[in-house]
Amino acid sequence: MKTIDRKILRDLLGMKGQAVAIALVIASGVSTFIMSVSTMQSLRLTQAAFYRDYRFADVFASLKRAPERVRRRILDIPGVDVVQTRVAASVNIDIRGFPDPVTGDVFSLPDTGEPPLNRLYLRQGRLVEPFRDNEVVIGEAFAEAHGFKPGDELGIIINGRRKTFTVVGVALSPEHIYQMPPGAMFPDFKRYGVMWMGRAALSTACDMKGAFNDVALTLSAGADINDVIERLDEVLGPYGGLGAYGRKDQLSHRYLSEEFKQLERMAAIFPVIFLGVAAFLLNVVVSRLVSIQREEIAVLKAFGYGNFDIGMHFVKLVFLIILLGVSIGIAGGYWLGRYLSTVYMEFYRFPFLKYELRPVVAVVAALVSGGAAILGTLHSVRRAAMLPPARAMRPEPPVSYRETLAERLGLKRILSQPGRMIIRHIGRRPVKSLLTVTGMAFAVAIMMVGSFQEDALDYMVDVQFGLSQREDIAVTFVGPVPKKALYELRGLGGVRHGEIFRTVYARLRFRNRSYRIAVQGLEPGGDLRRLLDADLKPVELPPSGIVLTDYLGEMLGVREGDMLTVEVLEGGRPVVDVPVAALVSQFIGVSAYMDISALNRIMHEGNAISGVYLSADPVYQPRIFARLKRMPRIAGTEVREKAIRNFYDTMAETVLIFTFINTLLAGIIAFGVVYNSARIALSERGRELASLRVLGFTKGEISYILLGELGVLALAAVPAGFLIGRGMCAYIAEGLKTDLYRVPLILDMNTYAFAATVVLVSACISGLIVRYKLDRLDLIAVLKTRE
Amino acid sequence: MTGVAVNRTMSPDRTVFQTRGLAKIYDMGEVKVHALRGVDMEIYAGELVVLLGPSGSGKSTLLNILGGLDTATKGQVTYRGQDLTGATDRELTHYRRFYVGFVFQFYNLIPSLTARENVAVVTEIAGDPMKPEEALRIVGLGNRLDHFPAQLSGGEQQRVAIARAIAKKPAVLLCDEPTGALDSATGIVVLEVLEKINRELGTATVLITHNADIAGMADRVIYLNDGLISRVRVNEHRKSARELHW
Ligand SMILES: Nc1ncnc2c1ncn2[C@@H]1O[C@H](COP(=O)(O)OP(=O)(O)OP(=O)(O)O)[C@@H](O)[C@H]1O
Ligand SMILES: [Mg+2]
Repeated sequence: MKTIDRKILRDLLGMKGQAVAIALVIASGVSTFIMSVSTMQSLRLTQAAFYRDYRFADVFASLKRAPERVRRRILDIPGVDVVQTRVAASVNIDIRGFPDPVTGDVFSLPDTGEPPLNRLYLRQGRLVEPFRDNEVVIGEAFAEAHGFKPGDELGIIINGRRKTFTVVGVALSPEHIYQMPPGAMFPDFKRYGVMWMGRAALSTACDMKGAFNDVALTLSAGADINDVIERLDEVLGPYGGLGAYGRKDQLSHRYLSEEFKQLERMAAIFPVIFLGVAAFLLNVVVSRLVSIQREEIAVLKAFGYGNFDIGMHFVKLVFLIILLGVSIGIAGGYWLGRYLSTVYMEFYRFPFLKYELRPVVAVVAALVSGGAAILGTLHSVRRAAMLPPARAMRPEPPVSYRETLAERLGLKRILSQPGRMIIRHIGRRPVKSLLTVTGMAFAVAIMMVGSFQEDALDYMVDVQFGLSQREDIAVTFVGPVPKKALYELRGLGGVRHGEIFRTVYARLRFRNRSYRIAVQGLEPGGDLRRLLDADLKPVELPPSGIVLTDYLGEMLGVREGDMLTVEVLEGGRPVVDVPVAALVSQFIGVSAYMDISALNRIMHEGNAISGVYLSADPVYQPRIFARLKRMPRIAGTEVREKAIRNFYDTMAETVLIFTFINTLLAGIIAFGVVYNSARIALSERGRELASLRVLGFTKGEISYILLGELGVLALAAVPAGFLIGRGMCAYIAEGLKTDLYRVPLILDMNTYAFAATVVLVSACISGLIVRYKLDRLDLIAVLKTRE
Repeated sequence: MTGVAVNRTMSPDRTVFQTRGLAKIYDMGEVKVHALRGVDMEIYAGELVVLLGPSGSGKSTLLNILGGLDTATKGQVTYRGQDLTGATDRELTHYRRFYVGFVFQFYNLIPSLTARENVAVVTEIAGDPMKPEEALRIVGLGNRLDHFPAQLSGGEQQRVAIARAIAKKPAVLLCDEPTGALDSATGIVVLEVLEKINRELGTATVLITHNADIAGMADRVIYLNDGLISRVRVNEHRKSARELHW
């Protein structure tokens, strides 16, 4: 090994604490990157494999009823490959010992052979035996929520008739990776289940013999999906078709895609921030290292080392640190990615996990962090390389001391001599002090980034369920029913108040953009569902026109007053132009609202309603549930309290796991930054402090000088970090907008306090370490050599 | 290599350095420090020249310019007929690497390298160097090879610095107060080393000192005062280092 390279190793050894801290910062950045990307890729890979192996369909449609022979006509549509007709039914489920209303969707399985599409992955038990009419296969999520196993019995009410079924299998389906009860915003595995029965049995139970009311199909290669959907709608129209849709609008797939999109964006944002901080830190450390070593650089140059040699010298040093960081980061990222994928897999109900860390991801991580680090240190390395040797040979000219502003203002009398030294030293080297403050401010900011989503989620729930969605129970019927259903429900004991609503599936179209959504018709002047303006003040529902969630407006590119085309996908499938009356704010989901009478006018449907919002006394709720359970035609019952819990258990959870890991990594970074600041201060001022010791200052006094300065800078960094953190959070909030939810920029006291605490505690620990070193300062060695 | 690549035998005369009107002004914003105000001089092959002068008279500045460490503000300096004033940074680096040995006023050892390594770091890039151990033996530090600078006394550090300068067998040796930190006995040992290198290898040596006694061992003594040469003295009889005492 060349001697000059040996010097690198010695230098590294001399700053091993710092080097390890920087390496850990880099490792944290690399880990988030690897973890995020590999998790995303693995989830997508798993999804793709599940879709492919279990033949997830491309196009889906529901209809009232069509004779089986219509299947042929669907097959004849150009571009259609495989067609699966099915019978589907909404059912009520009666579970002993569980008082809440439970609803479900049952799909038929062919009586013989495997389904051509949307096959089941059997987790336990078996499929239904041919032509058995008392066997059912249930979805895993539902089975787990209630602890059902093959052999257990369930009461299922189909078409008003209750029958006991035996669970024969527990399965997963590519169609129902994400399971949502009708009318709900979040999954609820306890109160909603997906299940499968033999076709013959189900047809008999709901009068569908020789007919079907649900169809799924795959496309042949090169087929145009829009074309197929259009023709399918033509074929199914006369049979009460509810509008065919592709995967993109398929509930489970859509939610999954949105969640993936969100994770993907987080995967992009966090590593960028983390690696940015790492690059900044490296820059500070290397630039200080260059200052400290300027005379050594000058000597090497005097003896004929060229600019390039010197530049390379520091590049190699940086490279070793990066190498260490990247290696730890890749290993850590792999481990975290595996862990996170396993968590998500259970969460998303994939039958198997294909976790994979593609080598290219590791290479990209190494290149990106290497690039960031080099970019961060380029300036300092260049400065080292270009250092004029004669100038550097002399010690840096003593900086001019001046009384600082604070002293002139009269603080002199209050401050002790060491206190004055602290203030002067900071004031004397404003740039260095500023860099230290900036570094620590980033540490504060990065902690806020990790934890702010938690506050925001709480706030979102408060707004959604406190201000906007205020009903205690939402009852959804199977298909539209006459308005008089309201009176029946209102008459239930304990119900204080009821409001009707109507939902109609429609495609909203503006210019070349469109969005498929259930338009909600609400009662004007209603109190249970309120629309909120930008300041979260309730606004009146206008008697005509359509009201959109602001984010939906953004997605469609419409503004108030624009004419929106509403293509209704149900009933007579009317197409009408409706003006956008207002845009309202809403953080969770996106919606389109209309006055219920206006909506019914479009539908030519008199007083039809899809459901009722109820405000009910909590004490009476079990009795209300008991009554609801026995009522036919109820497709779903959403209870607000449970919805809130479901929100936390499902959507919030995926985000929170991710942010929790990132908070941990951010903590490492915060500590690394602060520790480095302390160590740099020590290495820069070791000689000076040793001289003071020689002059008779005590260990306590010199510690006070150094650590006091660190403390002052750390305190200054806190408010600055709050500002930077707010900026970063705003950037994340903006980047994470999806139809599922928008995270508002809400930062509560806890977040600020937490970030400040982590950084200040890091400062204290670093201070203790430095204090330990100060106590062991080798006075003689420090004074004998010139650095 | 272009520029200052030099073949000693090709040089028509024995002039190693020649300066004409050499001036150096440090521009400090409000004040300008005239460190050199027009220096004309020659250094000849094989010569040992002592630079004498009060503190701040510009000795180190002149030495740095001769060694290609610094550039003059005005005037010209040539090394064996090659202009150093107009040389590029690359050319100066090459010049320093292959022709110049420095001993600095403040030793300037690299603290993270041992004595041996401090020498090796230079010999590894030189043309035809001695072994680092040999150079250290010459300065009497053959038994301190693996000590770090912090483990050596000031004088020992100074000797390591000298070993580092001579190890590459430079064509010119530029020493800034090489004995400043040493007692007279050790100082004489060091001077003997420089003398030996000068005699045996014909290395042109420029030696800055505050100590007028040392001037006795020079071929010529150049007196510098306030950035100008005030006097040049030629020693008819050059004393050997061993004959000196102070
Ligand atoms: N980098 C610099 N910036 C400003 N002034 C400088 C610089 N280097 C040297 N000087 C000034 O130039 C003058 C000559 O300095 P130089 O170091 O050459 O003196 P010297 O003769 O070597 O003195 P000494 O015997 O004390 O080492 C001095 O006044 C010094 O202050
Ligand atoms: Mg000097």
